[in-house]
Amino acid sequence: MHGMTLLFYGFSAILLYAACRVVSARNPVHAVLHLILAFFTAACLWMLLEAEFLALALIMVYIGAVMVLFLFVVMMLDIDLARLRQSFWRYFPLGAGVGILVALEMGLTLGSRFFREQSLAALPSRAAEASNTRELGALLVTDYAYPFELAALVLLAAIVGAVALTYRKSFLRRSPDPERQVRVSAADRLRLVSMPAEKEEDGVC
Amino acid sequence: MGEIAFQFLTPWADGWFGALWPTVWLTLWTLAKIVAIVLPLMLGVAYLTYAERKVIGYMQVRLGPNRVGPQGLLQPIADALKLLFKEVVVPSGANRRLFILAPMLSLAPALAVWAVVPFSDAMILADVDAGLLYLLAIGSLGVYGVVLAGWASNSKYAFLGAMRASAQIVSYEIAMGFALVAVVMVSGSLKLSAIVASQQTGMGAALGMNFLSWHWLPLFPLFLVYFISGVAETNRAPFDVAEGESEIVAGFHVDYSGMAFALFFLAEYAEMILIAVLTSLLFLGGWSSPLGMFPDGVFWLLAKSCLMLFFFLWFRATFPRYRYDQIMRLGWKVFIPLTVFWLFVVAIWMLTPWNLWK
Repeated sequence: MHGMTLLFYGFSAILLYAACRVVSARNPVHAVLHLILAFFTAACLWMLLEAEFLALALIMVYIGAVMVLFLFVVMMLDIDLARLRQSFWRYFPLGAGVGILVALEMGLTLGSRFFREQSLAALPSRAAEASNTRELGALLVTDYAYPFELAALVLLAAIVGAVALTYRKSFLRRSPDPERQVRVSAADRLRLVSMPAEKEEDGVC
Repeated sequence: MGEIAFQFLTPWADGWFGALWPTVWLTLWTLAKIVAIVLPLMLGVAYLTYAERKVIGYMQVRLGPNRVGPQGLLQPIADALKLLFKEVVVPSGANRRLFILAPMLSLAPALAVWAVVPFSDAMILADVDAGLLYLLAIGSLGVYGVVLAGWASNSKYAFLGAMRASAQIVSYEIAMGFALVAVVMVSGSLKLSAIVASQQTGMGAALGMNFLSWHWLPLFPLFLVYFISGVAETNRAPFDVAEGESEIVAGFHVDYSGMAFALFFLAEYAEMILIAVLTSLLFLGGWSSPLGMFPDGVFWLLAKSCLMLFFFLWFRATFPRYRYDQIMRLGWKVFIPLTVFWLFVVAIWMLTPWNLWK
C-alpha cells in the first residue's frame, strides 16, 4: 500500500504541474502538450483505483483521437504571441473569477455527504477474478440502460448536427469522384485514329 | 524457471537485501523478462530491414544487399553502427526540445505495447485483463511522435507529412477498433491469452483441423480490414503518402539525421512486427498449431508472424502508392461501413442456433 501512496502523490504532482502549465504556457502547442500530459496522468490515477477500463478509454478516446485533432488545429493557427500577451491583464479578472467559481463548486461537491468518509469506505473490494470491463458493460445494459440510451441519443444529435453544419450540396462540391475515376477505361479518354503519314497532294512541291 | 533461480539466489542475497529481497527479486526478474522481449525485438527489427531489402530485391530481379558479411547478413549491423556515429543535426529554426522529444515519443509506445503481448501459454510479461484495450490505447499514442516531429522541424515538407500521417492514423484506427470489437464479442474477453484460447476450441478443433476454428474464417472480412488497416496505421506502402518521396521528400522525418532518424525507423518496424504478431494472435490462432497432430508452441506464432511480415514486404513491392483522397475514401467509406455491417452480422449470428462460439 505504501508504494501505491507514493505513486498517487507522484502522479498528482505531475497532474497539478501539467494543469498549471496548460494555462501558463506561452506557446499554444506547449499548452496542448501539457493538456495531453494531464489527461495521461489522470488516466494513471484512475488505474490506481483499479478502474482500468475508464483509464484506458480516456487514453484511447481523448489522447488517441480528440487531442490529436486539437493539436492539429492549434499547430495550423498562426498566432501572434505578442498580441496574445497584450490582453492578458484585460481578461485576468474574468479568468480569475471563473477559476474561483470552479474551485468553490468543486469544494461544495467534494464536501457534500456523498464524499463523506463512510460512503468512500463502502467501496467494495473486488474479487481478483472480476473483470472491470465486464462488470461495467453489464451495469450499462441493465441498471443504467435508460441513461445509456439517452447519452447515445445526445451523441447522435451531435453527429447529425456536425454533418448538417459541414455538408455541402453536391453541386457545390468540387472534389472528384474516386469511383468514377477508378472505373474509367482507356477507350473513354483516348481515341486512336489511323492517318496517312503525308498528305497525298501534289500542289506544294 | 523464475522459481528455481529465486530458490538458488535466496541464501546468497538475504545477507545483502534482508526483508526487501522478494521485492528486489521481482524487479530484477521483470527487468530480465523485459530485456528478453526487447532484445529479440530489436534484432528482429534489424533483420526485418535486411529481409525487406532482400525480398524486394529478388522480386525486382536484383540481389539486394550482398557485400557486408556472407550473403550481406551483417548489413543491418553496419547500418546501425553508421547511424550511431552520425551527428544529430538540429535545424536552426526548430523547436529544440520537441525536436529531440519526438523520436522518443514515437519509439516508447511502440515498445511499451509489448508488455501485454503473449507469446505462448506461459511466455507473457503481464497477462492483464484489459490487454486488448491497453494495446489500442498505448498504440494510439504513437501518432504524437509523428505530429511533433513534423511541427518541431519547422519545415513545410515535414509538416505536410505529419498532417497526412496523423489524419491517416486517426481514420484507420476506427476501422481497426471495430474489427477488434467483433473479435472481443466472439471470444468473450479482452484478455489476449483468452482470445487465443477461444480459438483452440470448436468444431474444427474437435476434428483435428485447428485452422478451421481460428477467427480468420468466420470473421474473414474483418481479418482483411484489420490487416489492411494495420498496413495503413504503420504508414507502409501502398499507404505511405506520409513519406511520399515524389511530393514531400521524406515526410515528417525529413530534417532528422543520425540516431534520431533511426529511432523513427525502429518505431516503424517494431510496429510492423506488432501488427503481424497481433494479426496472428487475434485471427490466426496465435501459438496453436494448424493441425491437431502437431504440438502447440511459440514457433507457430513466429511462423505466422513471419508470413504476415512477408505480406507487408510483398505489398510494398507490388502496389503503387495510393492517392491521398483515395486512402481517406477507403478508410471512411469502405472499411468503416463494412466493419459495422459485419459487426451486426456477427451479433445476429451469435444469437442464432448456429452460434459457433458458445
